[in-house]
Amino acid sequence: MELLTSSWWIFDEIGKYFLVEGSTRRWVMFAAILLGISSGVVGTFAFLRKQSLLSDAMAHAALPGICLAYMFTGVKDPLLFLLGASVTGLIGAIIATEIPRHSRIKIDTAIGLVLSNFFAFGIVLLTIIQKNFSGNKAGLDSFLFGKAALLARYDIYVMGSMCLLLLGITFIFYKEFKLLTFDRSFAITLGLPVRYLELLITLLIVLAVMVGLQAVGVVLMVAMLIFPAAAARQWTDRLGLMILISAFIGAFAGAVGSFCSAIVAKVPTGPVMVVVCSFLLIVSMFFAPNRGLVPKWLRLRKSRQRIRRENILKSCYKTCEEHNNWKMNFTIENFFAYFKLPRYLLRHYLRSLIKREFMSHENGNWQLTEKGLKKALQIIRKHRLWEVYLTKKMDIASDHVHRDAEDIEHAINNEVLHQLDNELKSPQQDPHGKAIPQNVCFSEQERKTR
Amino acid sequence: MPLAKNNGENMSRESLKQKNEITSDAVADVHDLTVSYHIHPVLWNVDFQVPCGKLMAIIGPNGAGKSTLIKAMLGIIPVTSGWVKIFGDSYKKVRSRIGYVPQRGSVDWDFPTTAIDVVMMGRYGHLGWFRRPKKKDREISYAYLEKVGMQDFANRQISQLSGGQQQRIFLARALAQEADIYFMDEPFAGVDVVTEKAIVNLLFELRSQSKTVVVVHHDLQTVKEYFDWILLLNMRKVAIGAVDEVFTEENLRKTYGGKLAILSKAANAMTKGRVDGTFD
Repeated sequence: MELLTSSWWIFDEIGKYFLVEGSTRRWVMFAAILLGISSGVVGTFAFLRKQSLLSDAMAHAALPGICLAYMFTGVKDPLLFLLGASVTGLIGAIIATEIPRHSRIKIDTAIGLVLSNFFAFGIVLLTIIQKNFSGNKAGLDSFLFGKAALLARYDIYVMGSMCLLLLGITFIFYKEFKLLTFDRSFAITLGLPVRYLELLITLLIVLAVMVGLQAVGVVLMVAMLIFPAAAARQWTDRLGLMILISAFIGAFAGAVGSFCSAIVAKVPTGPVMVVVCSFLLIVSMFFAPNRGLVPKWLRLRKSRQRIRRENILKSCYKTCEEHNNWKMNFTIENFFAYFKLPRYLLRHYLRSLIKREFMSHENGNWQLTEKGLKKALQIIRKHRLWEVYLTKKMDIASDHVHRDAEDIEHAINNEVLHQLDNELKSPQQDPHGKAIPQNVCFSEQERKTR
Repeated sequence: MPLAKNNGENMSRESLKQKNEITSDAVADVHDLTVSYHIHPVLWNVDFQVPCGKLMAIIGPNGAGKSTLIKAMLGIIPVTSGWVKIFGDSYKKVRSRIGYVPQRGSVDWDFPTTAIDVVMMGRYGHLGWFRRPKKKDREISYAYLEKVGMQDFANRQISQLSGGQQQRIFLARALAQEADIYFMDEPFAGVDVVTEKAIVNLLFELRSQSKTVVVVHHDLQTVKEYFDWILLLNMRKVAIGAVDEVFTEENLRKTYGGKLAILSKAANAMTKGRVDGTFD
């Protein structure tokens, strides 16, 4: 009950802060979501074109543009800042890509060069502005780390139309961008003007960066561009879906960021958005179904367990075979002595073999069941047939083949087994002289008494 | 792109003087082509013509400029001098009749897309700007995917395909272009025997439809079996003609032998000269 009322409190807060007509927080949240969407969409292409670092350089190169725009006009107009920032951002990007084409300096160095030089120049201009334009406390330093709380209604209009522009261009040129990003030379042979398209993508990235400058700032902007896309990539293998997920992650980060700064005093929106994005990226890296590290690790563990179970069955079979007794009893000590595995693990595997009805257990004696014997037989057949295959078809010496067969016996399926058997014309013996059994009669308790 | 169109006519006459070249039904005409990477020359004054309806191999050692030649012919890289005509016109005007298979290693296969999507890219040239592929394009793409035996992998993410399968996807994409002349950059590189046979059969089928195929090829042993026309290349044209006539020990020695060391020395000297400013 208490929990319920506490969640009501949250809804109350949301209503109080965001739904009140004319509330600035409402605008801030709106702006943060717009920013998240546009950087999420455009960031997808920046990420896939491996231009993360270049985007960072463009963001940093925006600072001198903003300062210059203010110094020349003396007014604080977001559209003007956007223009100034776009010009220097684009110049920075062009310089960074042209340097490696005409010199022996590699792209990473060129990007570093542009990033630090433009940023340093911007800082210098910022200091000059703060000293000489004191009448108007410009507050341009808020572009460093962003200050979403300062966003006004007019800023939102500019951001909103930029966001729409970005989405529109991406939608119109989706097919062309996709082809260009995947296979540039093929795009050229189809007659696409790749130079202009590349410039357009760069321009989109610059614009997306500019949309975010006021809220997130030049230093952190690259994170908003790249993290949602990188996170989205973990969840899907389709470009269209990736763009959608990326936009959604960006918007979600925007909503959370503005909400946090609204309910907790003095928490900045931009950095919270970046933290949310990086959190989502880390979660995606670990837990996304196909590409995530944890599912990968689980799959690996599962197959390792299967291999160990199969190895236990196999060695039981071999011992039975030696003694010509399919109903041999094993004690737990036999297993401990034979397998060099921790005891608790071995017990675990034996238990799971019982669960699968491959083995039975009575008074400390372990036995293969009929089902288990059949399973073991399959594995043995795979092993020995593969040994025959290697010696006969690939001319490998018979003392070299065991190790390989140890691995392959767990990998091939029954179809391949059948194929192997056909191709080798059902051999009776493996290269070491052991029988390749077709099937065994389980009911025949002791075929021969020793 | 410096394409000298106006003096093209009389210059091509000159190149006709060389024997061993069929002119009447040439589909591609390369004249005095020189290509440089930055300032380092890679191809020198290459002249040749591709006859219609042939399977032509481009053969030469590593660094001979085989891929460069194809890329320059299609305008992927700029040419320093000379010109290329395909179907008697600039490649810009006949793009819809040209199919291209790039080297498999030239793209990032981790790109988020499926096999059928890649094949569908071959339709983009027919679609033009802004238009999305339609149901018909999807059907055509699927048919070519079937043709290369990859229909079961249509919705597979492309990074999950083997090298040979990726090569087949690229081939299917070129087929989906439904072109009249195909340029293929090492389609046999890193593929298994089964795929190689499948690709060769497709090439034969293209030839039977009187289409022309130009292939950068590496394996000298299969040249006679697969191709009927051959261009021997090592920074310059060594020889071109029917395989039976041109694929001789003498020509191979010229192509792969040490004689060319002088040419690459000259290229190095030229690069050095330009860097030092000795000459322009």
